Amino acid sequence: MNASAAKFKPGDRVKVRFEDRPGHLRTPWYVRGKTGWVERVYGKFLNPESLAFGRDGLPKKTLYLVAFNQCDLWGKANKADKLLVDIYEHWLDPAA
Amino acid sequence: MSTASDEHGHDHPKHELSHYAKRIYAIRDLLVEKGVISEKDIQCQVEYQEARSPANGAKLVARAWVEPAFKARFIADPKAACAEMGIDATAINEFVVLENTERVRHMVVCTLCSCYPRPILGRPPDWYKSFNYRQRSVVEPRGVMSEFGLELPDNVEVRVHDSTADIRYIVLPLRPAGTDGLSQADLAKLVTRDSMIGVMDPLPAVPE
Repeated sequence: MNASAAKFKPGDRVKVRFEDRPGHLRTPWYVRGKTGWVERVYGKFLNPESLAFGRDGLPKKTLYLVAFNQCDLWGKANKADKLLVDIYEHWLDPAA
Repeated sequence: MSTASDEHGHDHPKHELSHYAKRIYAIRDLLVEKGVISEKDIQCQVEYQEARSPANGAKLVARAWVEPAFKARFIADPKAACAEMGIDATAINEFVVLENTERVRHMVVCTLCSCYPRPILGRPPDWYKSFNYRQRSVVEPRGVMSEFGLELPDNVEVRVHDSTADIRYIVLPLRPAGTDGLSQADLAKLVTRDSMIGVMDPLPAVPE
C-alpha cells in the first residue's frame, strides 16, 4: 500500500466534512461534522463516488481508518467504546 | 424451490414473484437471448457463489489458534495467508483481520449496504443486511451483542467497524477455554460465522 502521499498520519485528529450533495456518497451521515482521529492509512483507492457513475475513479483517493469515541457520536455510551469508519481523504479536514 | 419449465429452456419459480425478482428474471432472459452470457455462465456463477462459505473463515481461524506463526502471517497479510490455505480471496480488494483479545472486542457492520468478506464467509445472513442491525450495531453494539447471547463487562472495549469502502474485515475470535487437546478440524467446527462477524463467541468446547 502506498501511503507516502497521505495528508494525515496515524494519531492525527480529523474532522469529517459536513457535506451533502447529490450522488453516491460513502461517508455515513452519523459521522459527518464529527471529530475523530486517524488509526491507519490504507493507501490509495479508486474513488467510489466516481466509479458509481461508470467513470474511471481517478484520481485515486487516500483511504483512512478513522476512529471516533462512541460517546462523541451518541452522547450516552461506554467511555472505552469506539466506532471505526473507512473514510476517503477528501472528506477529512485537520482538527485541533 | 419448486420450479416449472417454460418454453425458453430453463426453470422459473412457480410461486408469485416480487417486482424485483421478476425484473431480475427478465434481465437474465434478455442477456441470454442476446448472447451476452450463456445459461452455463449463470450456472457456473451460482456454483461459485454457493461454494464460498464460512467454512473458509473457520479453517483460517482454527489454524491461527494453533499455529502462532500462521496467525502472525494471517494478520500481516491475510490474502497471502488465504492463498497458502488454498482459499481464493483475490476478489477482495483489501482484507483486514481484527484480532479479539480479553480487553478488546471487534464487531463488523456495513451501514451503507451489505459489504461483507464473501470469499471467506460466503453470503451474508439476512440479519446482517437488515435496517435493524445496520442502525443499532453502531448506536448500541452492546445491546445487539447481548441479543446474540454475549454479555461484555464494562472494562472490555468494543470496536465497531463500519465497512464503508474497499476494506473487508473478519474478526479473529478468542479461542474458547478447554480446547487444548482439539485438532484443527475440530476447532474449526467451533468457529461460527457470527463469531467472525463479531456478534458472538465461538461455540464452547463440548465436554468429554
